[in-house]
Amino acid sequence: MRALAKDNLSLLIQALREEGYEVLGPRMGEGAIIYGPLDSAEELPRGWIEEQEAGRYRLKRDPANRYFAFTLGPQSWKKYLHPPNLCLYKTKKTDQGLEFKSESWHKKQAFLGVRACEMEAILKQDRVFLEQLHPDKPYQERRESVFLVGVNCSRAGGACFCVSTETGPTLKSGDDITLTELEEIFLLEARSARGRAVLGRLPTEEASSHALSEAARQEEHVCRQMGRTLDTEGLAELLKNNLNHPRWKDVGDRCLTCGNCTMVCPTCFCFSVEEMTDLAGLESQRVRQWDSCFSEQFTLTSGNSQRSSAEARYRQWMTHKLATWHDQFDESGCVGCGRCIVWCPVGIDITEEAAVIREKDGASHANS
Amino acid sequence: MIPALFEVTEVSRDNEVTFSLEARSKNGVPFHFRPGQFNMLYAFGKGEIPISISGKPYTDHTVIHTVQNVGAVSRALTELRPGDSFGLRGPFGRGWPVEKALGGDLLLMAGGLGLAPLRPVIYEVLHSRSSFGRVILLYGARSLERLVFGEELKQWQDGHDLEVFVTLDIADPEWNGHVGVVTSLCRTAAQLIDASNATAFICGPPIMMRFSMRELLGLGVQPARCFVSLERNMQCGVGHCGHCQYGPLFLCKDGPVIDCEGLLPWLKVKEL
Repeated sequence: MRALAKDNLSLLIQALREEGYEVLGPRMGEGAIIYGPLDSAEELPRGWIEEQEAGRYRLKRDPANRYFAFTLGPQSWKKYLHPPNLCLYKTKKTDQGLEFKSESWHKKQAFLGVRACEMEAILKQDRVFLEQLHPDKPYQERRESVFLVGVNCSRAGGACFCVSTETGPTLKSGDDITLTELEEIFLLEARSARGRAVLGRLPTEEASSHALSEAARQEEHVCRQMGRTLDTEGLAELLKNNLNHPRWKDVGDRCLTCGNCTMVCPTCFCFSVEEMTDLAGLESQRVRQWDSCFSEQFTLTSGNSQRSSAEARYRQWMTHKLATWHDQFDESGCVGCGRCIVWCPVGIDITEEAAVIREKDGASHANS
Repeated sequence: MIPALFEVTEVSRDNEVTFSLEARSKNGVPFHFRPGQFNMLYAFGKGEIPISISGKPYTDHTVIHTVQNVGAVSRALTELRPGDSFGLRGPFGRGWPVEKALGGDLLLMAGGLGLAPLRPVIYEVLHSRSSFGRVILLYGARSLERLVFGEELKQWQDGHDLEVFVTLDIADPEWNGHVGVVTSLCRTAAQLIDASNATAFICGPPIMMRFSMRELLGLGVQPARCFVSLERNMQCGVGHCGHCQYGPLFLCKDGPVIDCEGLLPWLKVKEL
């Protein structure tokens, strides 16, 4: 474990840029902390934290003036690895018929500030897109070239429950370098060969035992501070056994089916593909866009939506995340980041919905 | 995933809205599939849709799709003529487990265009007829105009390899055969076979499959040997886009053919 002076954080960004990476990280924008290109550590939202609750997100000043005291904004790294809008290929009409062309990805990107839950979300999307009979090429190209700088959380947000989902608050694996921000210094740990190469270029020294125990205390503090809990014991079976529970009707009455939860969720992967033709009708593109199981069109077949009620769509989303994801990928689809709670305009809370169903296990609609 | 370029070699009209397109790869690449699998077909400027493969599994260089004109993409596909090009990705999905029926009786139930994904099974059966017991096809069409593969149905009926029963939902002056929904033929079929040892493949509209399943299971067909081909919105064909989920299944890769034993718990849930 190495120690880096706080003033030298920009050297990490510089070293990554010298290695040919475009550095992307958290910065202030659109009234929130969002991800974008970073030239130096000056652009980080230093000294800002958020107040997060169901349906509520407010930025506020933090006298501690840390670089990474905030937790999570509305965006996740999926916007880079699984872009919201992506041209899959272009088609041209030619004398021989049709010509298909796709572009390869050549950029090298580095993500600075990947939280533990975010790292787990990336690993979950790896399973969806890569560990398959037909790996997804656009995701694969981006994922293979990305350099990940993890950051261990020093605070928990009001909607966080990564302790329950065992996906945080401390990074376990998958990133290239892990940062832990302490009072005076950063702790740095390299986890890959390229991580070691970048770390080797920084003016670090061996971390003191005092610093290591400060990090351990900080982790304990974050665990105690978790805003929420989710009882995951037998949760998948519980939900599958309660598909006719009256709570689905209740939550369906509150849900606006806006799809915010699916947009902010770092593991939601669904997309639709649209045909976009030029005005002359000679060239066309297949464009894929994030889609949401909350839209009525999502299950459209021969003119009928298979899930016409809000109740059915909310149930699909939540049971997929917490139950059927296990059947599909041998794990839960939730990383406990709490974004779906914070960014829900009516404050629907997945942990609360699960708790109510557990409390009244076996209840069912009167009419079914 | 970029489609492969295919060229239409022949078009035949199956009914007023349904056409079968025979095509071959422009690059001369052979095409192989298993009965029940589907391809994603791309029509320039319109889009891409999943279409079952309806031709013979033993031809290397051509592939047949039977397309019903119901939307923008399917219309564009049905308007293709010999020499025209389209894109093809596939084959995708798990097809009919024909091997499960070897040595035993096989019951095929089709409704409407549901006969298209079952036709390759019939070809496979006819190709090695002695490997199967009795093979029965129950086919129901809405009306005489909507019947598909009429010529072949006659051939199969006239031959001795299949026992074919056809019914129409709506009576017609030119129709002397059975009238009624396809499930009304189940009892007749069950008397001809040993239901408890038979394998059944069902394909048709959702309501037809639901009632056919119920009927066949009631007549003693084992749920683990009763298979249906399910349809959902599909945009990628490879389990990434999420649209075709049905409970824990991605129908594009875990299906479209699913055994009833696995399905039963999910069938009880509305709007799944």
